[in-house]
Amino acid sequence: MATTTTDRNQARPIPSGEAAPKFTLACTPDQKMSLEDFRGRPVIMAFYPADWSPVCGDQMTLYNTVRSEFDRFGAQLLGISVDGTWCHVAFAKDRKLQFPLLADFEPKGEVARRYGVYRAGEGVSERALFVIAPDGKVAWSHVSPIGIVPGVDGILDALEGMAEQKS
Amino acid sequence: MSRLMVPVGPNDHIRGKQDAPVTLLEYGDYECPHCATAHAVVLRVLRDTRDIARFPFRNFPIAEVHPHAVLAAQAAEAAGAQDRFWPMHDMLFENQDALELDDLLAYADALDLDVVRFARELEAGVHLERVRADVRSGARSGVNGTPTFFVDEVRFDAEPTVDNLTAAMLLAAQRRAG
Repeated sequence: MATTTTDRNQARPIPSGEAAPKFTLACTPDQKMSLEDFRGRPVIMAFYPADWSPVCGDQMTLYNTVRSEFDRFGAQLLGISVDGTWCHVAFAKDRKLQFPLLADFEPKGEVARRYGVYRAGEGVSERALFVIAPDGKVAWSHVSPIGIVPGVDGILDALEGMAEQKS
Repeated sequence: MSRLMVPVGPNDHIRGKQDAPVTLLEYGDYECPHCATAHAVVLRVLRDTRDIARFPFRNFPIAEVHPHAVLAAQAAEAAGAQDRFWPMHDMLFENQDALELDDLLAYADALDLDVVRFARELEAGVHLERVRADVRSGARSGVNGTPTFFVDEVRFDAEPTVDNLTAAMLLAAQRRAG
């Protein structure tokens, strides 16, 4: 689809090797989380357009199912969208998600913008993945066509690559 | 492009000729409504491509949203241990809204399985590791929801309709022949 290609070209995800922009976002109505909280561990940041996507087996549900694969690398998974915390709470409860969903809500999409993956026209983020190395640098990033849920193969390859380098 | 990272091997359940040139592989969940729809589609596609196709099925239960899916997957594997994987596979998809343990035992009985052995294997989780290994291989291969299909080891990202899948398989067969 031509439109998808154009959309993808607009995204400029932070490339590998650069420092991952810092952020602090609410993960529940009364708790915040910062990227720096996870220094020393790999972090997987999964930007997605919105909670309650109508896709069966949606992206966050899928990642929840395979989260033990991330655990093997000691990696922390974070879901991020522009939805507010109450929306995230309801969504996480409904899908029984076992990892934090961060609210990139105010200023809206600010973190997505800093990572180069905000879709200003629609007011949502791309479906974008970042793997952040334990030292806080971007190890891998990927932007998916918005209608296609990215599997976790790229994430696992990146985590494995880092683990091999270390050993 | 996502590719199948664990090749089809002797442990796979394969419908069709084992050495057929084109492989349509599915990662699926017996409680997923889209997979039940796809089941009918696959049967139709396999009828139309009978001479060229084989169909391995691997488990990818989305446990948190489909609470019966992991047990149902084990039931198919337990039937497989008695060489009745495909009859159970069909039975599960055709009765997707009845996947309680009692239902599974009734299906085992209807398929003339050794029900005592079947029940014992489910109880002991004998096939759980196999199911988990399928999920791991799916994660590695870029499974991005259920069902996810691969045609000759390449993830199939179009809508899985009879026409789309058949076309992709005929193309794969041509490529092989070409």
